[in-house]
Amino acid sequence: MKTALKLAYRNLIGAGLRTWLNVIVLSFSFVVIIWMKGVLVGWDHQAKTDMANWEIGGGQYWHENYDPFDPFTFTESHTAVPEEFKTEIAAGNMEPMLVVQGTIYPQGRMQPVIIRGINPGQNIFKLPTQKLDTLTEAIPAIIGSVAARNLRVQTGDYVTIRWRDTNGMFDAAEIIITGVFSCNVPAVEAGKVYIPLEKLQSMVQLEGEATILTFRDSEKERPAIENWTLKPQSELTKSIDEIIQTKTAGQSVFYGILLLLAMLAIFDTQVLSIFRRQKEIGTYVALGYTRREVVGLFTVEGAMHSILAALVAAAYGIPFLAWQAKAGWTMPMDVSEYGMAVAQTLYPVYSTGLIVSTVFIVVLTTTIVSYWPSRKIAKMNPTEALRGRLQ
Amino acid sequence: MENNSIIQIKNLTKSFPTGKTNFIALRGIDLSLGTGEFTGLIGPSGSGKTTLLNIVGSLDTPTSGEAWVLNHSIGALSAKQAASLRKQNLGFIFQSYNLLAVHTVFENVEFPLLLLKYNASERKKMVMDALEWVGLTGKVKSKPPQLSGGECQRVAIARAMVKKPSLVLADEPTANLDASNSHHILQTMVKLNEELKTTFLFATHDEKVIGYLRRKIYLLDGKVDKDELTVGSKQSTVSSEK
Ligand SMILES: Nc1ncnc2c1ncn2[C@@H]1O[C@H](COP(=O)(O)OP(=O)(O)O)[C@@H](O)[C@H]1O
Ligand SMILES: [Mg+2]
Repeated sequence: MKTALKLAYRNLIGAGLRTWLNVIVLSFSFVVIIWMKGVLVGWDHQAKTDMANWEIGGGQYWHENYDPFDPFTFTESHTAVPEEFKTEIAAGNMEPMLVVQGTIYPQGRMQPVIIRGINPGQNIFKLPTQKLDTLTEAIPAIIGSVAARNLRVQTGDYVTIRWRDTNGMFDAAEIIITGVFSCNVPAVEAGKVYIPLEKLQSMVQLEGEATILTFRDSEKERPAIENWTLKPQSELTKSIDEIIQTKTAGQSVFYGILLLLAMLAIFDTQVLSIFRRQKEIGTYVALGYTRREVVGLFTVEGAMHSILAALVAAAYGIPFLAWQAKAGWTMPMDVSEYGMAVAQTLYPVYSTGLIVSTVFIVVLTTTIVSYWPSRKIAKMNPTEALRGRLQ
Repeated sequence: MENNSIIQIKNLTKSFPTGKTNFIALRGIDLSLGTGEFTGLIGPSGSGKTTLLNIVGSLDTPTSGEAWVLNHSIGALSAKQAASLRKQNLGFIFQSYNLLAVHTVFENVEFPLLLLKYNASERKKMVMDALEWVGLTGKVKSKPPQLSGGECQRVAIARAMVKKPSLVLADEPTANLDASNSHHILQTMVKLNEELKTTFLFATHDEKVIGYLRRKIYLLDGKVDKDELTVGSKQSTVSSEK
């Protein structure tokens, strides 16, 4: 094996340009695969962190009737905040939120909106709720930047809002936009207006009630509470995992093609070698190699492309990948209406497992692709190979 | 088997399948070669010289009859055993040199020693010795494409000789060389035959080679036509050609 490695190395380096062309194509596969996978892992991390910071904290209790996709459930999905959480809430480690369906009239147009009551002093979410802590005639409200754009409202605007109270009676009031925030989690802002919790509770006459309870600590064991459904963080982020999985499948097609191109180049080189180098093959046999050993030599030679490629890839790939991890990759399109948690700039994350598995897959495929045509040598007649006869 | 014989061939035939009929390349060869001989198979093109040399070199097997080389029956060897016989005991020299074009002169000569697992320092010494025998110590780092035909064949001789094999098989070694290069490499081989007691078996129809042989086996249509020893000392054989 050591001899085969030595000879294969000499043959490859001796072959010059052809070797380096293959090696460069292959090294490109290494870097692109690791980079693309790294972006996905980074995206996954980022999306989950953003979701925790903006929407779900360390997990939530939902009122058992609450279905975020069906606003008609909202009138039925509220109840008093359970006694056992009062201390946790007082300590700021749990935040109650009330969700009410309403209508907003920006510049006379009518738009359905979800009104969320939130405690202005909370610090579980990154929402700038301190802007709700002002004394004004109108009700202070904050709104996401995309929602603000869609509703064509901005900071300082007064807008009429209408809702039904717990008895089904319509009521209306003026809100003033005291803050516009931008975040990466579409569900946080799409069609939503945030106003102070106590204000909303009194508007709909549901003092002391809530729809969602968000807790800070994702690790702590959570008891089952009557009328409330526990939604652990992992369950709430499942949709991200699903999207990442779909993206991974889509990506696999892309680098499957990339690898295929690299493999075609190597396959071609191997097939050509076996025909062009018949005399050499005969010579190896005359000097004491078995045909099997020659097959081994040619396979090692082909597989070594991937080893050289890994080295070349390391030479330019490590600086590139490190720079990407630091500077991030800014998406060429506007992602704010992408429909899921995605930041404009993604920071790829590379794990050892990712790098090891990529190297393993590339080396393995290269070896198989190199072995495949080399098997032909085993059937070659050495005396004819020495004469350089085509078979 | 005779004690000092290196090759024993008994009633050897070799036929190749060609379409419907078999082409018979060797028909009933009987031969015996002793250690240290400097012998040639001589005959026109197509007479079966290469075929016989390939069988002796364990690159091919007899169709019938027997070929014993260094106490191994060629037809009975497994691929692995045959490879081992070549690796340990046989050296090959070809008409078209068959050097590894992308390897240096040093690496080409080193090759058989790598297969025999000599360590680096042993290899270096043996390669330099072999290059000294053929007068090429100045071209260690050159690659075959940079060498003349004569130099290439000297590298090939060094490669065949570096492991000091018992038997060297040379198939038309001078066919691509001019007269002065032919004499040069033949004198080198005569010298190695004398100093290392290596047995040489040639296949040739080149008069220049024939002049150096101490035994001439004439082949015609796959049969031994004549088998004659050169009279006089080998020294006089060599000088008579100069
Ligand atoms: N593999 C083969 N298949 C068919 N015929 C062959 C094969 N090898 C050699 N021959 C035939 O056997 C004869 C002897 O060939 P060879 O030993 O190469 O002759 P020489 O070396 O004396 O010129 C030739 O007629 C050649 O065509
Ligand atoms: Mg011939």
